[in-house]
Amino acid sequence: MQSEKVLEMQGICKTFPGVRALHNVDFTLRKGEIHSLMGENGAGKSTLVKVMTGVYEKDAGQISIEGKAIHFKSPQEAQNSGIGTVYQEITLCPNLTVAENMFIGRGRHAFVQWKRMNANAAKLLDSLGIPARPTQQLSSCSLAVQQMIAIARAIDMDCKILILDEPTSSLDKDEVRKLFELMRELKSRGVGIIFITHFLDQVYEISDRITVLRNGELIGEYEASALPQFELVSKMMGKALEDVEKMKKHEIPAKNGGVPVFEASALSSDAGVKPFDFAIRKGEVNGFTGLLGSGRSESVRAIYAADKVTGGEIRMNGKKVKISDPIDAMKHGIGYLPEDRKGDGIIAELSVRDNIILAAQVMKGFFKPLSRKQAEAFADEYIKRLNIKTASMNTPIRSLSGGNQQKVILARWLLTHPEYLILDEPTRGIDVGTKVEIQKLVLKLAEEGVSVTFISSEIEEMLRTCSRLIVMKDRQIAGELSGTNLTQSDVMHVIAGGGE
Amino acid sequence: MNIVRLKARGSHLFLPLSVLAILIVINLIKGADYFSMTMINGALYGNIPNILFGASELVILAIGMTLVTASSRGQDISVGVAGAITSAVFVQILLGAGDITWLTILEGFLVSCVVGVLIGAFNGSLVAIFKVQPMVATLILFTAGRSISFMIDGKLSPVLANELTSQIGSVMPGVPIQTPIILTVIFIALVAVFLKTTNLRLYAETVGINEKAARLNGINPIQIKFFTYMILGVCCAVAGFIAVSKAGRHDSVNILKYIEMDAILAVAIGGNALSGGKFSISGSIIGAYTIEVLNRTFLRLEVETETIKAFKAVFIIILMVLASPVVREYIAKAKKKTGAGIEGGSAQKTGALHSSAASGPDAPAKKEV
Repeated sequence: MQSEKVLEMQGICKTFPGVRALHNVDFTLRKGEIHSLMGENGAGKSTLVKVMTGVYEKDAGQISIEGKAIHFKSPQEAQNSGIGTVYQEITLCPNLTVAENMFIGRGRHAFVQWKRMNANAAKLLDSLGIPARPTQQLSSCSLAVQQMIAIARAIDMDCKILILDEPTSSLDKDEVRKLFELMRELKSRGVGIIFITHFLDQVYEISDRITVLRNGELIGEYEASALPQFELVSKMMGKALEDVEKMKKHEIPAKNGGVPVFEASALSSDAGVKPFDFAIRKGEVNGFTGLLGSGRSESVRAIYAADKVTGGEIRMNGKKVKISDPIDAMKHGIGYLPEDRKGDGIIAELSVRDNIILAAQVMKGFFKPLSRKQAEAFADEYIKRLNIKTASMNTPIRSLSGGNQQKVILARWLLTHPEYLILDEPTRGIDVGTKVEIQKLVLKLAEEGVSVTFISSEIEEMLRTCSRLIVMKDRQIAGELSGTNLTQSDVMHVIAGGGE
Repeated sequence: MNIVRLKARGSHLFLPLSVLAILIVINLIKGADYFSMTMINGALYGNIPNILFGASELVILAIGMTLVTASSRGQDISVGVAGAITSAVFVQILLGAGDITWLTILEGFLVSCVVGVLIGAFNGSLVAIFKVQPMVATLILFTAGRSISFMIDGKLSPVLANELTSQIGSVMPGVPIQTPIILTVIFIALVAVFLKTTNLRLYAETVGINEKAARLNGINPIQIKFFTYMILGVCCAVAGFIAVSKAGRHDSVNILKYIEMDAILAVAIGGNALSGGKFSISGSIIGAYTIEVLNRTFLRLEVETETIKAFKAVFIIILMVLASPVVREYIAKAKKKTGAGIEGGSAQKTGALHSSAASGPDAPAKKEV
C-alpha cells in the first residue's frame, strides 16, 4: 500500500518582514500520486512551493528527495533534481515558437538542431493531445494551450515531481478534462504531482490525498476519499465557513423601477463584440456569463471604453452621454475592475496607498493632489473596511497575496463612489474566504444603491449574487435569465443553444 | 527578495551619498584644506563652490532625464545637443537686439525655452505617439543637432561680450555666491514645488510601471510621456542658457559636449531604475554632484588630463556593480546570516521590521476570532 516517498519536507519555516509565511510545516509526496495542496490565499501554499523549488530559501527545516537530503540554492538546481513547475501565470516567451518555448535553455549543445527540436516537440504535443504546431508563435495560441505547453515543457524535463499551481484557472471544462487526462497519464508513469487549485470539485475529481494549510500552519494531511467536501472547506477557512452559510440565505435586493442608471444600445467595440443592448437599474446586480471567449469580458470592456468603442449610444440616468475613453466612464460614475489583475489592475511597484487613491486622484485632477494626510486617511479607512492584509500602507502592492491585491483594486473603485461598478472576475484565483467577503460586499453595495455588474467563471457565485444573468455566446447576447429561471441548468441550456 | 526590495527602497539615497562621502574623504586625505573657501572680489571660491558651479547644467539636465526615464522607460540622448540649439537661439536674439538689457536677456531666455519645449515635443511625439524607443527617437536629433546649431550660429562661434551675461555666468555684484549656483537652486525649488502641487509623480510612475492599467484608471499615457519630454526640453534650455553664459561664446561643437551620458549616469547613480517607474529626483541631483566631485577629484589627485576618462570609467564600473541587484541581494543575505543588526545606522530599521514581524501573525489571527 505505502508507496515510496519521492519528496519529504519537515518542519519548514519561512518568515518575511511583517508576515510569518510558514511555520513548522510538513509535507510528503509519494511516487505516482496526485496530492492537492489546499488553503486560502496567504495560507502559505505558494511559499511552500517556492521553498520546494529553490525560489525562496527556507529559514528552518529539512527537505529530502527520494530519501536524500537536499538544499536548493536556485530554481535551476531544483529543476535539475527533477522538480518541474507550472505556475498560474504563464512564464513562457510569447514571441518565440511553441517548440522553442518547450526546449529553450535546456540544450547541452551550443547550436540548436532545429529540425530535431521541432520533430521532438511535434511528437510530445501529439502524445499529449495539445492542439498546437511546433513552429507556431506561442502568442498565437490560446491561454489554455499555452498553459498546456508549459506543462509539456515541464514534463519533458524528465521530472519526478510536477507542481501545478492553479493550472486550471483560465481553462474551460473541456480543456480541464484534457489536462486531467494528461495528469493521470503522468501519474501512471510514476510522477508525483502536487496540484494547487481553488476549484474544490476538481480536487475531488483527481486527487489521492489532500494537505491543508491555514495561516502558514499545517492543518493536516488526509485521504481525499475520507474527507467530505464540507469538512475540507471548514478546515481551510476555520470560522469563515459560517459566512458562506449565511451568504446562501442572503436575500437578493428587490428591483427598483424607473429609469436605468446605465443604458446602452447597439454598443460595439473593436475587440469583436457584436452590437448589443444592455441596461441596469439602480441597486441591481447583474452578471454576464458564458464560456471563455464568449465575449462577456469584451462586452463590459466596451461599456467602460477600455477597448475602442466603434458604435452605439449610451444613456446614464436617461441622459445621453459620450464615453470614448476610460476617463469619460469614470467621470460618469462608472468603475471597472479588470479581469487581468496583474496586467491591467495593479501598479506593481507603487504602494498600497497609491494604488488605493489612484482612480479617485485622477478624477480629482492633475493639479489637485490629495495631501499626504488625506491620502493616508483614505488608505487607512479602506484597508480597515475591506480587511486588507498588508504590512503597511507603504508596502508595494506586488508583495501582497492575490486576494489582498484584488481588495486593494476594489478599494480603489469604492473610493470613487461609483454609481455603476463593473467587476470582471473579482474572485478569480483568490481564496474562498475572500471570495465570500467580496460577494457580501457586492450585495451590500447593491443595498446602498450602487448598480453592479458581476462576472465570474464560477456560475454558483453568480447565481448567488446576481438577480439577472445575461448569457453570452459567440460574442453576442444569447439570452437573459432572471427571477425563477435562475438555475445552473437554465444557463447551460442557453449556452448549449437549446434556446427554448 | 522582498527584503532586498524593501531595504533598497528605504535607502535609495544610501549609495550616492556613501560614494560622495568616500570621494570627500579621499579629497581630505589629499589635503585638509578641501573645504576652505576664500573671498575674491566679493564672491566665495573654493572646492565646494567650484563643484556646485561646475555641476549646474548637469544637475538641471539630470532632473529632466529622471522624469523622462520614469514615464517612458528610456533615456533622451539628445539633451546636450538640444541645449546647444536653444543656446544658439538665445545668442542670436541677444546679438540681434543690439542693446543688451535684462529685458532682452529675459526675452531671449524665454524664446530659447519655447525652442526647448518644441524640441521636447518633437522627441516626445516620436516616443509617445509613434512608440519609437526613446534612445532611437532621440538619436535623430543627437545626430543632426550640432549641425542645426552651427547653422543658427551662421557658421561662426558668436561671442557674448557684455557685462550682463557674464554676470549670469559668474557673479553678480554684491552677491557672494556664483550666479549659476543660485539659478540651479531656484530651478530645483521650482521643480520641487511643481511636484508638490501636481500629480506628476503619481502619473509618471504609474505610466512607467503599467501603461495599460494607467489608461484604465483615466490617465492618458501619451499625454504624460509627451509632457515629461517637454519638461526635459525646458531643462535643456536652462542648461544651455547657463552654459553659454559661463563660456561667453557659443561654440556649437563643444558646448554641453557628452553631457547626455553624464546625465543618464547621474540618474542611475541616484538609485533610479533606467527601466522606468518609481523615481527619486533628489537621488539624481546627488548623482549629478557626485559625478562632478569625481571629475574634480581626479584633477586634484593630479591624474593626467588625458587619462582621466579611463579612471572615471573604472570607478563607474565599480559603482554600478556595487549597485546591481545581484550584489545588493548578496549583501542582504550576508547581513541576514551574520545577524541583522550589525550596522548601528540600520538598528532602528531592523527594529521596525521585527516589530512588524511580531504583529504579522496577530493580524491573520484576528480574522479567526
